Amino acid sequence: MTGRDRVRKITNWAATLGATLCTLLALVPLFLIFGYLLIKGVAALDLNFFTQLPKPVGEPGGGMANAIVGTFILIGLACTLGLPTGILAGVYLAEFGNSRLGWNIRFAADVLNGVPSIVIGIFAYTLLVLPMKGFSAYAGGVALGVMMIPVVTRTTEEIVRLVPHSLREASLALGVPVWRTTLKIVMRTARAGIVTGALLAVARIAGETAPLLFTAFGNRFWHQGLDQPIAALTVQIYTYAISPFEDWHRQAWAGALVLLGLVLLSSLAVRLLVRGRFMEVR
Amino acid sequence: MKDSPFLPKSNVADSTLERRARRLLATPSWLEQLWQRLQLSGDRVFHGVLLSFACAILLLVGLLGYELVRNSWLSLTTFGLSFLTSSTWDPVAQHFGVLPFLYGTVVSSLLALCVATPLSIGVALWLTEMVPRWLAEPASFLVELLAAIPSVIYGLWGVFVLVPWVRAFVEPTLATTLGFLPLFQGPTMGIGMLTAGLILTIMILPFIISVCREMFLAVPANLREAALALGATRWEMIRLAVLPVSRSGIIGAVILGLGRAVGETMAVTMVIGNRPQIALSLFAPASTMASVIANEFTEATSELYLQALIEVGLVLLVVTVVINALARLLVWSISSKVEGIRLE
Repeated sequence: MTGRDRVRKITNWAATLGATLCTLLALVPLFLIFGYLLIKGVAALDLNFFTQLPKPVGEPGGGMANAIVGTFILIGLACTLGLPTGILAGVYLAEFGNSRLGWNIRFAADVLNGVPSIVIGIFAYTLLVLPMKGFSAYAGGVALGVMMIPVVTRTTEEIVRLVPHSLREASLALGVPVWRTTLKIVMRTARAGIVTGALLAVARIAGETAPLLFTAFGNRFWHQGLDQPIAALTVQIYTYAISPFEDWHRQAWAGALVLLGLVLLSSLAVRLLVRGRFMEVR
Repeated sequence: MKDSPFLPKSNVADSTLERRARRLLATPSWLEQLWQRLQLSGDRVFHGVLLSFACAILLLVGLLGYELVRNSWLSLTTFGLSFLTSSTWDPVAQHFGVLPFLYGTVVSSLLALCVATPLSIGVALWLTEMVPRWLAEPASFLVELLAAIPSVIYGLWGVFVLVPWVRAFVEPTLATTLGFLPLFQGPTMGIGMLTAGLILTIMILPFIISVCREMFLAVPANLREAALALGATRWEMIRLAVLPVSRSGIIGAVILGLGRAVGETMAVTMVIGNRPQIALSLFAPASTMASVIANEFTEATSELYLQALIEVGLVLLVVTVVINALARLLVWSISSKVEGIRLE
């Protein structure tokens, strides 16, 4: 083996080592974050966390039950706005979207997808909080819903495009009008995929804090109506984390663990769905 | 004449009465036409409904821009272009300029890109070219997991773990080794630009990695095989066949990561220190466009203050839209060249 070949071998070996080190380095924060969350979160987690309201400052104990409920309410509101719009727009793009208009809508969805969540928060603030003269669950739901729309639209479009043309043609050949074909044949075939897209969007918004800061605002009490400020797990974690109180820090870790559990569960559901039924469509 | 749906089909010899009754009860032709038209217009209605929801997205984007401009009009007209060039942010004196935040956003994002880009390319290469087969799926799952962690959790971890570590270890080390550079001078507090850059690095990694991976996977196999057949080592194959083909894709991935970093709010707000200043030192507290909005929006006491913050949001929007459009253009141009690349 000549010296030149040796250099080539060593370079190759060094490159492999370098890439491996990069991967290890990239995964270090992941393990650190999960480790800290588990250690600090589990230590702070108890039944009270899930059942009680936050205690006043200085009093130890209490929980984030209202924030957990609030998060689910906000997700529900977001879904009522985001899912119909996203799914129907996605079906439109897949079935009739090969036009200049379709291209523009697709581009708009991509733009919306890239808009920072805090700007969406401002949007909901100017749209709802200013006219209603107060923070509200509605405003928070709208902010999250707007964030869902582009995700749901693009995933729905991709899934519906996967439905084989022969199915549509068979239905149309039987004299079924286009609308029934789309609803009963195309969307039913793509159902699992559409659900996957919806879950993906929920997983994305469940962890959002920035758009809620000045829309849902947070609340230390139980849900008091949709036109009132409402607590959210993420906002509560943020408030507790930047507070100077030791006990609140402890609860912030517990909240973070619960939140991560929530987000991972929905991501896991997506993975399982993707692996399972949605392959049938292909 | 049609048979009536309301009478049984008779095979009895038809009486005049029955014939009359049948004629009377038969579906009139105009009703039939209406039904057919309804069926047809069902399609039209359906198309209209879908179209209106699809157009709602266009409308939403337009409304977003309009609302931001409308609600920052006072600030837009008061400060004009000086909003972009003024470095004073003084709520008491009612003078607002976006420059400190623009600086904070640009520097923290560039810092993150400088660390994340080589790291991501390394990880993506490892995941596509070098990984043992059994490890491929778990490894990419772990990388994707990084993207699933909510921003506020990164922030929480940053405040209680990363900040103390940076204060006790990273900043003193940098100060003693590279302290002659103005970048690494000044008091070491842990919170500041450097920590914000680090946390952003971690957060944009999975996005850059996943796009780079797509790009590497899309490199045609015959290019790789040709390189290997000529006796290239694996690294030479990567350098000669994989990297040149995917170069513009990598640039697109990096710009996409930049778009993420620019808009990132919570984690940055929690570790950057939130001070509207332009300091050369990376140890100094700073503030980004997103962080100042998150931090001061609910405290804005005057109309002008609030509108100035909304204008910061408008600037942020414009910056991210431009960045994302650029990234899409790059990725689109390469995916039309190489068949089979799809984003996300």
